Amino acid sequence: MDMFIYPEYEVVRNPDLCIGCRVCERQCANEVHHYDFDLKKMAADSTKCVNCHRCVCLCPTHALKIVKSQDTYRTNANWDNQTVNEVYRQANSGGVLLSSMGNPKPFPIYWDKILLNASQVTNPPIDPLREPMETTVYLGKQKCSVERDGSGKLKNTLSPQLKLNMPIMFSAMSYGSISYNAHEALARAATELGTYYNTGEGGLHKDFYQYGKNTIVQVASGRFGVFKDYLDTGAAIEIKMGQGAKPGIGGHLPGKKISADVSATRMIPQGVDAISPAPHHDIYSIEDLRQLIYSLKESTNYKKPVIVKVAAVHNVAAIASGIARSGADIIAIDGFRGGTGAAPTRIRDNVGIPIELALASVDARLREEGIRDNVSIVVGGSIRSSADVVKAIALGADACYIATAAVLAMGCHLCRTCNVGKCNWGIATQVPELVKRLNPDVATERLVNLVTAWNHEIQEIMGGMGINSVEALRGNRLMLRGVGLNETELNILGIRHAGESL
Amino acid sequence: MAKYVIIGNSTAAVNCVESIRSIDREGDILLVSDEKHFTYGRPLISYLLYGKTDPERMKYRPDDWYEVNKVQFKAGVRATKIDAKKKNIELSTGEKVPYEKLLVATGSRPFVPPMPGLEQVKEQYSFMTMDDALKIGKTFQKEDNVLIIGAGLIGLKCLEGIRGRVRKVTVVDMANRILPSILDEEGSAIVQKYLEEKQGVEFLLGDSAAEFTGKNAVTLKSGKQLTFDRLVLAVGVRPNVELVQDAGGECNRGICTDGTGKTSLPDVYAAGDCALSHDIAAGVDRVLALLPNAALQGRTAGINMAGGTAVFDKAVPMNAMGLFDLHMITAGVYEGECYEEKADGKYKKLFYQDDRLKGFILIGDVARAGIYTSLLRNATPLSSVDFEMLEKAPALAAFSADYRKEKLTQRV
Amino acid sequence: MKRIYVNEKWCLGCHLCEYECAFANSGMTDMAKALKGKEIHPKIRVEDGADGIHFAVNCRHCSDPICVRSCIAGALSRNADGMVEIDKNKCVGCFTCVLVCPYGAIMPDADGHAAQKCELCTRNLCGEPNCVAHCPNRAIVYEDRG
Repeated sequence: MDMFIYPEYEVVRNPDLCIGCRVCERQCANEVHHYDFDLKKMAADSTKCVNCHRCVCLCPTHALKIVKSQDTYRTNANWDNQTVNEVYRQANSGGVLLSSMGNPKPFPIYWDKILLNASQVTNPPIDPLREPMETTVYLGKQKCSVERDGSGKLKNTLSPQLKLNMPIMFSAMSYGSISYNAHEALARAATELGTYYNTGEGGLHKDFYQYGKNTIVQVASGRFGVFKDYLDTGAAIEIKMGQGAKPGIGGHLPGKKISADVSATRMIPQGVDAISPAPHHDIYSIEDLRQLIYSLKESTNYKKPVIVKVAAVHNVAAIASGIARSGADIIAIDGFRGGTGAAPTRIRDNVGIPIELALASVDARLREEGIRDNVSIVVGGSIRSSADVVKAIALGADACYIATAAVLAMGCHLCRTCNVGKCNWGIATQVPELVKRLNPDVATERLVNLVTAWNHEIQEIMGGMGINSVEALRGNRLMLRGVGLNETELNILGIRHAGESL
Repeated sequence: MAKYVIIGNSTAAVNCVESIRSIDREGDILLVSDEKHFTYGRPLISYLLYGKTDPERMKYRPDDWYEVNKVQFKAGVRATKIDAKKKNIELSTGEKVPYEKLLVATGSRPFVPPMPGLEQVKEQYSFMTMDDALKIGKTFQKEDNVLIIGAGLIGLKCLEGIRGRVRKVTVVDMANRILPSILDEEGSAIVQKYLEEKQGVEFLLGDSAAEFTGKNAVTLKSGKQLTFDRLVLAVGVRPNVELVQDAGGECNRGICTDGTGKTSLPDVYAAGDCALSHDIAAGVDRVLALLPNAALQGRTAGINMAGGTAVFDKAVPMNAMGLFDLHMITAGVYEGECYEEKADGKYKKLFYQDDRLKGFILIGDVARAGIYTSLLRNATPLSSVDFEMLEKAPALAAFSADYRKEKLTQRV
Repeated sequence: MKRIYVNEKWCLGCHLCEYECAFANSGMTDMAKALKGKEIHPKIRVEDGADGIHFAVNCRHCSDPICVRSCIAGALSRNADGMVEIDKNKCVGCFTCVLVCPYGAIMPDADGHAAQKCELCTRNLCGEPNCVAHCPNRAIVYEDRG
């Protein structure tokens, strides 16, 4: 017997407003809505609703809303509804619970417990509309030695760098987990903005080679779609060791998402599940990692920076120290709230640490060891606004990766059912009728809008602090104060409590 | 001297003038018409009686049309002769008017076959002009019994116009069905039934007037005797070809023209109901007395008269006809294989042969019929479209993606 | 002149444009009040073809519009900008325009007594075509393509 589980959300239709246009019906891939010809009105089956809000957004008379169900078991702070339902669900199915996007649990969000400084009286603020405000960032090894050639001229010993017009990049989302149109929009937006997007581990569709200058190509444990042209095309190469949403776990793209195009891009058979192993089978030490880094550098003539991406885990500072000595140019750290197209729920919700703490400890450790300039630090895993970006930079990051915010800009409503493959917004799906719902012209525009807006805000906030460049803000923890944080947290973050002066 | 002289003041003439003006903004245009009215939509006369329009709204063009197009309009004057050698026309006023280019757009007139005793009938009417309609509107009375001879387009549009104004209408036609020129037998029966049941019209078909036996009595061939208060003669029309014929121009039921609208007389063009068209559905030259056809012929002649180049050699017989609330749209010829659909109040037949649509009949549901018409006009190979889809309903989705791209994503 | 163009690649077949058109031309300011319980008669129609093909069709505002040529009442005309207009006061509902329009873009109006067609929302309060404004995927655009 399958235990019936009352739907968590209910579709509520205002009968006075519904005009029976059936747009909700046509737009729901989950077949929640239907028109009852006998009753001559629309009806909804809430059990199928994933709360993606597609119908709500498209309803021309705003007749629809999705509300949290009031149905409840006997109130129990320990065994809450969801916990109980998950037990039922597993008892029904016998399977691992799967989820998507980032950890939704109520863990502390440190960004929201950190406040920024502003200039008053003794040091003037800067008006970014009147004075230059530099948001350009270079990523790569900042250290170089002074060497001269035979005729005594200075040699360029600077390692390859990535130039970003603003300290924001789109982080890895593979073609396969997201649609062709979503990928195109990210590529075009990155190009227009003068920043980078990241292929994820899905390879690079031949149509998108034209955006290579703004593409970071990823090499992950499955090595999907990795070959010479792929490496040559990207502006940088990212070795993915781990991902914030599922540290220690590989990837699993179900066969039904492996369309002809995805199969060609990933260089794997069509319709067969794509499994990324949990580890890289050739990496068991920093020395092994170094070998991969240098093989990639060698094969691209030392022209491209290599990024090593790790999930924020307990020993992240020590791991980062190793990476900084391994030859990598950039370390990307992904916090435990980072999104994913599919992850085991228990892993997503219980593994890893907050990016704020990881970043602070990595930055501090690398400084202590005098190797901070060996690498740039990029952080991701739930950067939700320009304020988060500014705080991250002040904590020591060179730039941020955003992905959840990017898919939100494209229309995602965080229903967290990417793993089902029926994304009504045309983002996390390979079903052609759904993919076409995302017009890349529109999505590109929205992505450009979002990042441009954030960049304006970053300039505004920095100006308020009397700082006129991202460079000058980086690691400037004096600009930060904590609220409601305990001594340990403040120590790790390396900041004072609000109210404490210098 | 007028550069352009146009005989006629209806569809062909107006479209000719507009086309001349699209090329030649200045050349003098003289327009001669025996009708005194401002140009009006001739098929509207039934709607005038039906109450859907009035003389003011019937104007085919805006009030300032003659001025804006710099047309000198001689109203109520008849052209009586063309002298093709001297290049002038003679008017009923005796005046002679020279031309450089002449358009004959004289239309047609009712044809009344000899019927014994017809001269005794005082209340007899024809239904071709605004004046005919105004006269009917003024004289027909609520208690009148009206006899219409002719169950073709004119007779039945007249029926629609007067039905609400009189007590009873009887329609007699020699043919055994109504609207034989635009419907097949089944279609005729449907429309006839509608008119009988919904409008209380009496049809006497396969019968004709043998002899009028008094000023309001007639004996039919079948021996049946009828009385009536008013008689409408709508037996048929004859194209007004005489002006050209008498001047030595080639005529064959209608005035012969080449695809540019030119007659066999130098610098004389003809367009509209007096002229022949090349009917691509039937593959013959014949008079297609249809307003869109007259417009296209007028346009073609006008462009060529003004020195441009235009050819119109792909006429298609087609008709949009409404009788009360029943609409029908038909086109082409009814030959070849047939797809048919009959449902409550709807009747559809598509005729096709040799990979081409040959004709169609739609009664009741006429939505998007122009898509079918375009298949006919363009002689589109049916193998290049999804004909199965088109059978169910006219749709651009049945055409190739390239066709749609061409038509929907750029200016057409 | 700006015209409405469709891109079937992005049309989802949601049919919102039909309702937005009907609303725009209803003369009302409340969509639910304007359309609730009513059969709509929009001037734009979405076709749903085979293989998930959808696209909207409305008047193309042809350079040499055959509907204008064919109108028995002179009710259809092309204005100075090139927009094909209909004078409903003159139209008698013969539907010769329906017979000749190769796009099926002119149709009987709600009560079937006259023809109706897209006039680019110039006769209502929208200003710009309402179907374009509300297309969720930019499948209908209002552009000058010559």
